[in-house]
Amino acid sequence: MAAATAMRFGQLSSGSDMAPDWTTKEVSTGTTIMAVEYDGGVVIGADSRTTTGAYIANRVTDKLTPIHDRIFCCRSGSAADTQAIADVVTYQLGFHSIELDEAPLVQTAANLFKASCYRYREELMAGIIVAGWDKRRGGQVYTVPVGGMLVRQPVSVGGSGSTYIYGYMDSNYKPNMTKDQCLRLVSGALSLAMERDGSSGGVVRLAAISETGVDRQVILGNQLPKWSTTGYIPYCLSKGLEIYPTV
Amino acid sequence: MSSIGTGYDLSASTFSPDGRVFQVEYAMKAVENSSTAIGIRCKDGVVFGVEKLVLSKLYEQGSNKRIFNVDRHVGMAVAGLLADARSLSEVAREEASNFRSNYGHNIPLKHLSERVAMYVHAYTLYSAVRPFGCSFILGSYDQDDGPQLYMVDPSGISYGYWGCAIGKAKQAAKTEIEKLQMKDMTCRELVKEVAKIIYIVHDEVKDKSFELELSWVGEVTNGKHELVPKDVREEAEKYAKVCTTTTSHSFVFSMAFL
Repeated sequence: MAAATAMRFGQLSSGSDMAPDWTTKEVSTGTTIMAVEYDGGVVIGADSRTTTGAYIANRVTDKLTPIHDRIFCCRSGSAADTQAIADVVTYQLGFHSIELDEAPLVQTAANLFKASCYRYREELMAGIIVAGWDKRRGGQVYTVPVGGMLVRQPVSVGGSGSTYIYGYMDSNYKPNMTKDQCLRLVSGALSLAMERDGSSGGVVRLAAISETGVDRQVILGNQLPKWSTTGYIPYCLSKGLEIYPTV
Repeated sequence: MSSIGTGYDLSASTFSPDGRVFQVEYAMKAVENSSTAIGIRCKDGVVFGVEKLVLSKLYEQGSNKRIFNVDRHVGMAVAGLLADARSLSEVAREEASNFRSNYGHNIPLKHLSERVAMYVHAYTLYSAVRPFGCSFILGSYDQDDGPQLYMVDPSGISYGYWGCAIGKAKQAAKTEIEKLQMKDMTCRELVKEVAKIIYIVHDEVKDKSFELELSWVGEVTNGKHELVPKDVREEAEKYAKVCTTTTSHSFVFSMAFL
């Protein structure tokens, strides 16, 4: 895959220490993303770090991309690939919705993502979670991982940071949660992943999508739920020090 | 209403001085020469009935079907040139199949009828081709939209209906359909009424024998369009025959007093 070969070339040339790795590495949304269904809508969340190698190209990225009025996607993998795919699907879905004269289904958006991700699977590196609300089936979460599979799940996590929170999700997710419980679950899981995964960090971006609309919020570093007591942030808070953004 | 469009009726790409495209009107005449087909939408489904005239005793029963399956949940009843209708049913099938392949769910009937109508309309624009000589009624049932019924004619327009009729006895059939309270009926009740209407509008004098083709799609079939099962069809035909013979007897009876 493109990213793997870039890394190998990087290792070969950085042996000379002449070029820093961020001149050779592809821009990646390292990432932790997730989406949860609740009765009446979905809650989606993502971190805000974009990296080229070890350099953080953007520490306030918005990885929650609107595709239609009530349908969003969470992007992980190559930043360029996921932006390009999201643009294509936004166009296709917009056209389809005008033709039908109806709000599009989340399932339709998910199928359009799958079509592109599967057809060009050899050239792309994109792991996308599609989530939204439609009047036929309410809140839905569909995951389209690398390779182009499509499956509907009540909860889905993705990105490099997701590996650190599978256990947390398995033990803390229960079906039929309320919207507020989902928001707390997502922000807790994301901050856990951001603390452990080097490619995830920054702020937590959340969005709650329902029939009435999309409600977006940002949780800054010092407001995040604290997990470890020995980490940098809890240390600062306990001493009353300002948390300078290190992300 | 037979007007001669001398000179302005040779191709579909010509308007007459009074703003008509005669080729399209002639195509509609072709539909009126064919036997009747009706479709009615009820509370929980759609029922089609076709008066299929049997021109020869040598025909195998059930051949030359006039009702087609376009998708699992969509049926199509036709009137007019049967070959044109068959070709259009293939077009409709491809549209429905491509939609599912691209978007991952059943095609909404309104969209399907608009797409096929657009295709039919394209053939009314050029002198190199002739318009399609058939009208057809599309019907579907699904969980989200419920029962839907649309009709497309050779000019390429499509309208949604609660009940419609095409073919030679369409006026008489429309009158009978208007008497029904279809919004309150179920498919099982409606099947008998559809059979009765076909028997009523069938002209015993001009056309001899006919086969009644009945199909339905709705909650009763779990959303699958299929020909009505044998026992239901026989019950419906029995009801239809009883209704038509009693009315014709009463007609003769009242004649005697005049």
